[in-house]
Amino acid sequence: MSRAALAFSLMAALLALVGVMQSWSLALAILNLCLISAVMSLGVNIQWGYAGLFNAGVMGFAALGGLAAVLVSSAPVAGAWQAGGARLLVAAGIFAATIAAALALRRRMPAGGARFAAVAAALFIGCVIARYFYAPATAAIEALNPAKHGNLGGLGLPVLFAWAAGGAFAAGAAWLVGKVALGLRSDYLAIATLGIAEIIVAVLKNEDWLARGVKNVTGLSRPVPYEVNLQQADWFVRRVESFNASELAALPSAERAAALQQLVIDYSSLFVKLCYAGLFAAVLAALLALSATALNSPWGRMMRAIRDNEISAGAMGKNITARHLQVFILGSAVIGIGGAMLTTLDGQFTPGTYHPLRFTFLIWVMVIVGGSGSNLGAVLGGFLVWFVWVEAEPAGLWLIDNLTAPFGENALRAHLMDNAQHMRLFLMGLVLLLVMRFSPGGILPETAGGGRAKKAGGKAGESPAAAGTKTKMPPPDSAARA
Amino acid sequence: MTDLLNALILLANFVLVPALSYGSQLALGALGITLVYGVLRFSNFAHGDTMAFGAMATMLATWWLQSAGVGIAPLPTALLALPFGIAATALLCIGFDRAVYRYYRRRSSPPVVFVIASVGVMFMVNGIVRFVIGPDDRQFADGARFIMRARDFKEYTGLSEGLTIKVSQGMTIVIAAALVAALFWFLQRTRTGKAMRAFADNEELALLSGIDPGRVVMVTWTLVAALAAIAGTLYGLDKSFKPFTYFQLLLPMFAAAIVGGIGQPAGAIAGGFVIAFSEVTVTYAYKKFFAYLLPAAWEPQGLMQLLSTDYKFAVSFIILVVVLLVRPTGIFRGRTL
Repeated sequence: MSRAALAFSLMAALLALVGVMQSWSLALAILNLCLISAVMSLGVNIQWGYAGLFNAGVMGFAALGGLAAVLVSSAPVAGAWQAGGARLLVAAGIFAATIAAALALRRRMPAGGARFAAVAAALFIGCVIARYFYAPATAAIEALNPAKHGNLGGLGLPVLFAWAAGGAFAAGAAWLVGKVALGLRSDYLAIATLGIAEIIVAVLKNEDWLARGVKNVTGLSRPVPYEVNLQQADWFVRRVESFNASELAALPSAERAAALQQLVIDYSSLFVKLCYAGLFAAVLAALLALSATALNSPWGRMMRAIRDNEISAGAMGKNITARHLQVFILGSAVIGIGGAMLTTLDGQFTPGTYHPLRFTFLIWVMVIVGGSGSNLGAVLGGFLVWFVWVEAEPAGLWLIDNLTAPFGENALRAHLMDNAQHMRLFLMGLVLLLVMRFSPGGILPETAGGGRAKKAGGKAGESPAAAGTKTKMPPPDSAARA
Repeated sequence: MTDLLNALILLANFVLVPALSYGSQLALGALGITLVYGVLRFSNFAHGDTMAFGAMATMLATWWLQSAGVGIAPLPTALLALPFGIAATALLCIGFDRAVYRYYRRRSSPPVVFVIASVGVMFMVNGIVRFVIGPDDRQFADGARFIMRARDFKEYTGLSEGLTIKVSQGMTIVIAAALVAALFWFLQRTRTGKAMRAFADNEELALLSGIDPGRVVMVTWTLVAALAAIAGTLYGLDKSFKPFTYFQLLLPMFAAAIVGGIGQPAGAIAGGFVIAFSEVTVTYAYKKFFAYLLPAAWEPQGLMQLLSTDYKFAVSFIILVVVLLVRPTGIFRGRTL
């Protein structure tokens, strides 16, 4: 059995163990988030594993995916567009014109202080005028039935469209960031993406007219049936009855109806989760197939060549910055799809829950642990790390409970019990560092062209010999490039 | 005339003083980032959480001192506890260097590997801080609260606007200035400081001249730990201590380091103040300021606020983007110590 098959079987066994030991409902819930995590880590792997780009703003792209779910699938709010739509569009138009004017000034005028002042003045004046339309428009929208809506509302389309839209939103943001930060030092991209993610989440939290901000949008439409409808559907009840025929038959007839009702309730929840799992697995499989094809195509070989030695790839005539931008956009789009899927699964959009440790750096742990550069590895990492992240909490609590129980109830024990949940952050850092140090290829290392994985510059675990291909310090001119 | 004075005092109270103290805190943080960058050559994502750790260690020592009845009123007890915080942070930094970064240094791994390793360290330190002290807000300031109260100032000057200077703000500015002076003296005048600069400038040449790299790294981490612990404590005294806010300081601190020219200590300080002043001036509501200056008929209707305070991160980010586009090396043409 290949290493990948073995690893995935073990993963399945772990999930099954949760099903047997805790509950199948929990196991399926974990599986669903494992699938979404796998999509996100696939996206990060496209950026890091294929091109060596460090994206520290995964959270922002995932949140944009969530926003897409709201804007595409939630029901239109009556009157919102009439209240402020026109002025909002005018404001957007003025803003776009301002940017265009600033860019034109920058291109036309000779470099120097005068140009800088002109561009700054154009931007400032444009923003002030745009705000003149924007502020009353958003105020009008937010004033519309604020307890229930107060936002622009969505298109009312099926939520599956939102997954594609989420990818498009994230891709757009990635284009903007990439234009600015790519082609500079690698750390600058990390810092720029860290910033854009914070800003995206701040916008989503505060712009109530867009998606209600921290008031959250709840009750998003679903791509799968509702439990209540299933419980009343004849075919479903009969299916549950025949599935559990022997157990029901063993019961006295008086209790049979009540038992069947309980079974129908349990199975309806399981069925819904299974439907989600099926959809997510289909998306994951499609993305995985596409990335595998891309990685094995001439394009994939070019990307790896660029990653392993930018200088020689550049000398071969490859446009490194353009390829980096391309792969950065692709990876961010995949993350956006994952973000939209997550919001769909939750059925609500809650900007307050986007936290960089959970949404950015945990995804990074997944990629490194799974195996950077390896698609299957990223998927496995998504599964395994999410599983550990979820199960570390009860496990840590159990451990501390048992360790401190002999000493009786005291303040220290209470403190440790309260804070035990935070130990999983420590654990994640430890796992990341241990894997980087002792198994730099991850659990399923990258294999290229059927041969052994060759790790070179930009990878978490290159060998000293391979590192020689890349200068230890970035060449100074890479920072000076404007 | 009094209107003009009132307007100026208003600005001093709500813009100048807060920006000066916030800028000092950012400058100290950015100095730590820039030192790691200059000598160890990577962007340290764990720096925000290192600051949180330093503040936490200081806080624990403060509580211990307070329970022992030791204090230096009117100054906060935390000042007395700082050496403990610095020592604990230095142990943490050197420990992580030994356990994590040294391995990659010996293998001459590319910088991005160090960055990812620092993410792992960030997770671990974050976990430690939350485990020990919890994720909630903590107050550990004691002693006098104000150097100057608004009421006293009004009585003294007869103006209708007051000027408030908190002890934590005054202390931040004084300590930051003293620390920066000491650091520059150390880097420019002492043998070890010169060795550090030589190492940062050209590692091979420094090694050939017989500079001990282990010692340079050790001294660097000690300095970084001291800066982080002091910056973290001052920030915690001035605002309040909450582990997550230290993570959020990463962006303005990185922006400050890059704006000033990464690897340049003088640049980090300039950058810290550029970021802090932009953040505070852009998010301040100027309504009252203009009300003093303009005739009553022209009094502005809105708040006259350019950007809501919720978007203060956007300010650091926009400055960062402008610098990356216009002058990627920063004000001071970065990357030597």
